[in-house]
Amino acid sequence: MRWFIAIGAVLLAAAAQASDVGEIKTVRGAVHIERGGTLLAASPGMNVRQSDVLVTGADGAVGVTFLDNSLLSLGPGSRLGIDHYSFDSTTHAGRFDSSLSKGTLAVVSGKMVKQSPDAMRVRTPTGVMGVRGTEFAVQVGESGR
Amino acid sequence: MRAVLVCAPVALTVLFGCQSAPELVVVLPGADGRTGAVVVERGAERTLLDQPYAASRTGPQAGPARLTEQEVRQTFGDALATIPARPATFLLYFVTGTDELTEESKGELRRMLEELRRRPSPDILVIGHTDRVGADEQNDRLSLQRAERVRADLASQGIPADRIRAAGRGEREPVVPTADGVDEPRNRRVEINVR
Repeated sequence: MRWFIAIGAVLLAAAAQASDVGEIKTVRGAVHIERGGTLLAASPGMNVRQSDVLVTGADGAVGVTFLDNSLLSLGPGSRLGIDHYSFDSTTHAGRFDSSLSKGTLAVVSGKMVKQSPDAMRVRTPTGVMGVRGTEFAVQVGESGR
Repeated sequence: MRAVLVCAPVALTVLFGCQSAPELVVVLPGADGRTGAVVVERGAERTLLDQPYAASRTGPQAGPARLTEQEVRQTFGDALATIPARPATFLLYFVTGTDELTEESKGELRRMLEELRRRPSPDILVIGHTDRVGADEQNDRLSLQRAERVRADLASQGIPADRIRAAGRGEREPVVPTADGVDEPRNRRVEINVR
């Protein structure tokens, strides 16, 4: 019985680590993460998980570094869903799908795009961007100022 | 704003002729001077953007475009200013058979600390290596000892220890491949990946 609990605890710990796909590095103004039904105030050092939605306020901006060294940042009034993220640190294979429903997004692609040019996609309400590398930016909606 | 909410589904937009929010995609020159590429797909239409500042818009100014640096700054300045610091790699070298840094690498360690202090939430992976002098198990131990030593040095300088992971790779990953038993200073190193 004790063994089962111990193994369960190890599995849980592994699962918790596996679901962290990136880390918030920079925050300015109001920034939140929508996770499940909850709204978390974002701060540097906080982990980002698959299915999180990053939301910035009218004065907000946020920068995130992902496991494969993809860098991504949002300007004010933005909303970005992390729809899918997987990365194998040995083979550098992976897939990164996100969707920008409003605001501004800047991207520096990472190791998975270097390994496979189809690994990263950004969706907007009317299109899909296939990222061949390396740096680009996307806006949905009018400028917030 | 309300228009965005009401019109978000593309199918509805098409059916009712409702206006979607305008969109803009632009490819930027990379930090290394090279420009990558983005393929934009909208329905059956595919556009390849692969020149610096090449852009594609939807909405009132729909179509291909080339933005100026100033337009990029105006639209994306806040996002670009918030992009995290680029991941960086440092190499430190050791005196043979020890976890003592060479004199040159002590200077490099100081430069690395300055770089680390500029990062609000650094995350650091320290990987130790050895040359091929000595037995495998001994080198596994020494490589980890080197990594732990660098970790302790960083922690003693105020870098939070829980942000630093240390690992040893023994003599498995030489930078300069050599026969067993060869004293090769460039292989006696610790690689530090900073994000």
